[in-house]
Amino acid sequence: MTKIRNPKDFWTAVIYITIGSIFLFVSRDYPMGSSLKMGPAYFPTVLSSLLIIIGVISLARSFVQQGTPIGSFTFRGLLVVISATVLFGLIVRGAGLIVALPTLVVVSAYGSIRFRWGESLALAAGLTLFCVLVFLKGLGVPLPIVGSWFTR
Amino acid sequence: MELIANLHLGFTTAFTGANLLYCLAGVFLGTLIGVLPGLGPTATIAMLLPITFTLPPISALIMLAGIYYGSQYGGSTTSILVNVPGEAASVVTTLDGYQMARQGRAGVALATAAIASFFAGTVATLFLALFAPPLAELALKFGPADYFSLMVLGLIAAVVLAQGSLLHAVGMVVLGLLLGLVGTDVNSGLERFTFGIPELADGVGFVVVAMGMFGLGEIIRNLENETLRSEIVTKIAGLMPTKEDWKRMLWPTLRGTVLGSALGILPGSGSILGSFAAYSIEKKVSKNSAEFGKGAIEGVAAPESANNAGAQTSFIPLLTLGIPSNPVMALMIGAMIIQGIQPGPAVINEQPALFWGIIVSMWIGNFFLVILNLPLIGMWVRIIMVPYRFLFPAILVFCAIGVFSLKNVEFDIYFMALFGVLGYIFTKLDCEPAPMLLAFILGPLMEQYLRRAMLLSRGDPTVFFRRPISATLLTLALLALIVSCIPALYKKREEAFREEQ
Repeated sequence: MTKIRNPKDFWTAVIYITIGSIFLFVSRDYPMGSSLKMGPAYFPTVLSSLLIIIGVISLARSFVQQGTPIGSFTFRGLLVVISATVLFGLIVRGAGLIVALPTLVVVSAYGSIRFRWGESLALAAGLTLFCVLVFLKGLGVPLPIVGSWFTR
Repeated sequence: MELIANLHLGFTTAFTGANLLYCLAGVFLGTLIGVLPGLGPTATIAMLLPITFTLPPISALIMLAGIYYGSQYGGSTTSILVNVPGEAASVVTTLDGYQMARQGRAGVALATAAIASFFAGTVATLFLALFAPPLAELALKFGPADYFSLMVLGLIAAVVLAQGSLLHAVGMVVLGLLLGLVGTDVNSGLERFTFGIPELADGVGFVVVAMGMFGLGEIIRNLENETLRSEIVTKIAGLMPTKEDWKRMLWPTLRGTVLGSALGILPGSGSILGSFAAYSIEKKVSKNSAEFGKGAIEGVAAPESANNAGAQTSFIPLLTLGIPSNPVMALMIGAMIIQGIQPGPAVINEQPALFWGIIVSMWIGNFFLVILNLPLIGMWVRIIMVPYRFLFPAILVFCAIGVFSLKNVEFDIYFMALFGVLGYIFTKLDCEPAPMLLAFILGPLMEQYLRRAMLLSRGDPTVFFRRPISATLLTLALLALIVSCIPALYKKREEAFREEQ
């Protein structure tokens, strides 16, 4: 088996080829048109083919040219930040900002290796108060303070 | 004189109480985010965009512009005091600025940065006032083919300036163009690449992508190593430069201003290229080149004047051609469109108050910035010391509220999270997200202009080489690409970026 010498090239290639193929595949459903009257598929087909070509070159290069390793990958940070954001999206309408904001703050603060409960709760309270006052009262952003789950 | 009359119009527009206040708010926020490492102007403007909907167009744009050039000032403060660049454009300032601070000359370094920036900002604003109208005139002669080629040049410039592999940067641009096409096709009304998701019919929100990649992606990257920051210099005494200092900073500031102004106009560059170029030129021509890297005042004055000048002149392509030169300008375009202004060469004539009001506000803003940065420096020092573990949940909160208030759909929040993951993965793979974001906003525009150009030329692709403007722009793009491929220069490019790290 040949060895991957440049993991960055390799994984970038994988992403480019995958996304390029998806776009190329979906484009086949749209009318191509001609170079005079370009259809909705024309430009995307050109672009996705180009992306696949770039991916293939990068893939080939990853076996030839020596590269540097990708380096540390923080699954903790990634997971915490993303789940905090998604969680916020799930509860913001039902529970309202008064619950969703502190949840977002405390869950995401957990992503730091120096997480402390007391600090985070204080930060959550402060930020929630600030946002409600500035965004909702001050700037009139139409967001629910208390969500539909509690108002009935 | 027409210029005087125009500037007068600008002054009467910008000097209303409300607009002065928005200008002050903009530069204050700009300085704040410039000082806070890990929060850049792209993410901030993306967060604030929904709020500006309710403001009058002029006030909104004055404030957003203030955030951008204000962040250039703030970025230098952290560079000098903490040795951490607050913004990409103030990376080179760390080299000599932090050394000056360690030698007890932090005050002088800060003052030099502020004075050089103020001077450069004033001159560059004048350049903008002088050159934007004739450029807009020229832009009226641009046909679809010329616009297409201009965008190609802009994207190539972004590729050449990106860190990491050239091939991957081109890939990021192509990827950005593709993602920009998601949504309803203007010509046929067909929904493309929406995978049956109704929220995607209008395309992926630009703000959503920007906040995901620059806001969330950056947070995740910063959580990787929460190492203690380098020693902060908090003792600031003696702001006033000596007579010798003034003499030494005069020429570097002048050269930096001219260089930064010129490079700032280039699409895809903005303020970053200018600061690098100005520093390396000063290092070559200066009598004190041996002192560079050890606290030379020239090493602060030159890049700081260049990055601020570049920040001002990068508004030229936006205001005259309606084409963004970097992600921040792309957001400004978004803000203009939301306000019902079609960016392009017509803005100058149709909305003179808006155009000249923004230009004059930039000068006023630069004046505010000197006041904010020198007497109030103590406040910014205290803000620098806010630990990151307090900062990033706050950034996340503003991103989430900002993106949700955009259209009031949860879907945007999930998409922002998705682009956060993508942004993080791409930075790990050394693929810079900035060119992708630029391409993302240009994607649908490019397709439109390509279609129109081909229709006008009856399907003949040589039109791009037969029109003089288009041919010139494409030649420039090709040259830029070739130059960056030449191994010797390529190595230099790597070196320049290595210094940055």
